[in-house]
Amino acid sequence: MSSILEISNLSLSFGGVKALQGVSFRVPENTVTTVIGPNGAGKTSLFNCISGFYKPQQGTISYQGKALTGVKPPVRAAMGLARTFQNIALFRGMTVLDNIKLGAHVHMKSGLLGSLAYFGAARREEMAVREEVERHIIDFLEIDHIRRQPVANLSYGLQKRVELARALAMRPKVLLLDEPVAGMNREEKEDMARFILDIREEWGVTVLMVEHDMGMVMDISDHIAVLNFGQVIAEGLPADVQNNQQVIEAYLGTSDMDSLRKKLNPEREVA
Amino acid sequence: MRIGDAKQSYEADEAIWKSSTQKVWFAVLLLVLAVFPFMADAYLLYLGCMVGIAVISTTGLNILTGFTGLISLGQAGFMGVGGYTVAWLSANSALPFPVTLLLAGLLAAAVGILVGLPSLRVKGLYLAIATLAASVFLHFIFAEWESVTGGMGGLSLEPAHLFGLSFQSDFEMYFIIVPLAVLMVFGATNIFRTRTGRAFIAIRDRDISAEILGINLLRYKLMSFALSSFYAGVAGGLFAYFYRVVTPESFPLSMSIFYLAAVIVGGMGNLLGGILGAAFMTLIPEALKLLTAALTPFYPNAPIFMSPMLEIIFGVLIVGFLIFEPHGLAEIWHRIRRFFSLWPFKN
Ligand SMILES: Nc1ncnc2c1ncn2[C@@H]1O[C@H](COP(=O)(O)OP(=O)(O)OP(=O)(O)O)[C@@H](O)[C@H]1O
Ligand SMILES: [Mg+2]
Repeated sequence: MSSILEISNLSLSFGGVKALQGVSFRVPENTVTTVIGPNGAGKTSLFNCISGFYKPQQGTISYQGKALTGVKPPVRAAMGLARTFQNIALFRGMTVLDNIKLGAHVHMKSGLLGSLAYFGAARREEMAVREEVERHIIDFLEIDHIRRQPVANLSYGLQKRVELARALAMRPKVLLLDEPVAGMNREEKEDMARFILDIREEWGVTVLMVEHDMGMVMDISDHIAVLNFGQVIAEGLPADVQNNQQVIEAYLGTSDMDSLRKKLNPEREVA
Repeated sequence: MRIGDAKQSYEADEAIWKSSTQKVWFAVLLLVLAVFPFMADAYLLYLGCMVGIAVISTTGLNILTGFTGLISLGQAGFMGVGGYTVAWLSANSALPFPVTLLLAGLLAAAVGILVGLPSLRVKGLYLAIATLAASVFLHFIFAEWESVTGGMGGLSLEPAHLFGLSFQSDFEMYFIIVPLAVLMVFGATNIFRTRTGRAFIAIRDRDISAEILGINLLRYKLMSFALSSFYAGVAGGLFAYFYRVVTPESFPLSMSIFYLAAVIVGGMGNLLGGILGAAFMTLIPEALKLLTAALTPFYPNAPIFMSPMLEIIFGVLIVGFLIFEPHGLAEIWHRIRRFFSLWPFKN
């Protein structure tokens, strides 16, 4: 399988803190690839490098075979890299609908004059985006009932869903999800897992995700990379990673193998 | 034809006026604005024109400060650029007022872009200071570049004209100012129905994630500065035609504070709020004058202690609204409307 995203030898430090040290791994196209690792392992920092928000001191990220070095964040967005944030980054003063429409920003063209007049091409473009958002995103994510609400009023779970909607409006090729189910109840988690699988299968989008919920990770990932203290300590299929000795140690740092195995191999919850 | 239906319903849903009641109210408002000059006395006409100019400038500043989150104390300077442009063109060309006002707006927008350049690096108070500095600098140019601006004495203007018609009296000026104000508020409303306006608000709310969504920060910040100072430039041009003279003192620094206050008192990031704020702030000094005149027969000293009251009242209003009603008059208006929409069934 060809990789859509290739991270090679990436290093990033903040003063003395080495957030990433020579990180290399591949994201195969049209998979759900997950990065796991303990708190502070550097997962979010890695995402920030991919978005172009942090500049690594060393190494390269290549996307569809081209190095992203020096490419500004808005351009990366336009190239098809979309993301959600660990601490939800919605625009609180706007409605759900406007937040989602913002995702389509890079695919729209109208300038200042078109906007002032709301006429001709500018108007048609707005209507087309509204229709696309309604048909493909709002319906799909089942958020019709909240489209007019300001996001500040929504529950945490719904906010995460709106953030996903906004990322989808960017028509991504690679979708970066930073802890998409953190803080959700079981039902919300199951919905989110279903959406992620549908996005990969029906939309043909590659998903790169960071997640702590091992049940969900093992369930839906095709490919896993494990990060610990800024280094990749394992990479492969879920089954390989689950039984990797180093991973088990990194996760709890004890030799209490039973509880470790239990954590990494969660029993299926009976619905 | 379900698809056709869906399309139509989105269009209706995206419309400015979502119900026919709203359309009727807007038509009534336009009618009142059209009839007003025929009913009003000279003083009310003067106030109507003043409010119209203030609405344009406040709407402009609201775009920049209220919606894009960039605080500016440069509004008086941008208005000055517009005012002097119109005055100079009036003396040196035979251009009709739509052209001179357009050029006034465009020149002010160009200056606005220059002043906005630091906004990518500095925010908040620092940006306020940077724009204040620009305003001081512009004031200096108005006073010193005598060959163009006429120095401290300023410039006087020919009346605004178009197709051989000349607009001299307040009554005539009203028919330039108020339609233009309606048009420009309408334009601002449109902005916030489209990607440009959403990008402005995104920058105000969180500029880092705006960038990751593909919004070019510098481009949109400068666009907001340009648009805002275009509005200021047109307002300044109207101001020049209205008084038929511009001097450096026509656009004092306190005017920038006046407009910032109008935005805050009206409701930041709310166009209706900007209109209410502009009207309110324009009318307060007039109310104060009336009060002073009414008091003078009883207290001959009234003018002396009332004259500094204006600054105090402005200050108290700004601080009071920031603390107690951060969403401004617009929020008060919404509360009143909610009350009456339920009244008499519930209160
Ligand atoms: N902007 C920053 N400035 C300084 N240090 C930072 C910055 N961002 C991250 N770090 C540091 O880099 C290291 C990795 O942080 P990061 O947020 O990437 O971890 P993470 O794997 O996402 O953790 P978590 O699972 O808790 O979200 C941490 O030590 C963190 O303190
Ligand atoms: Mg993180």
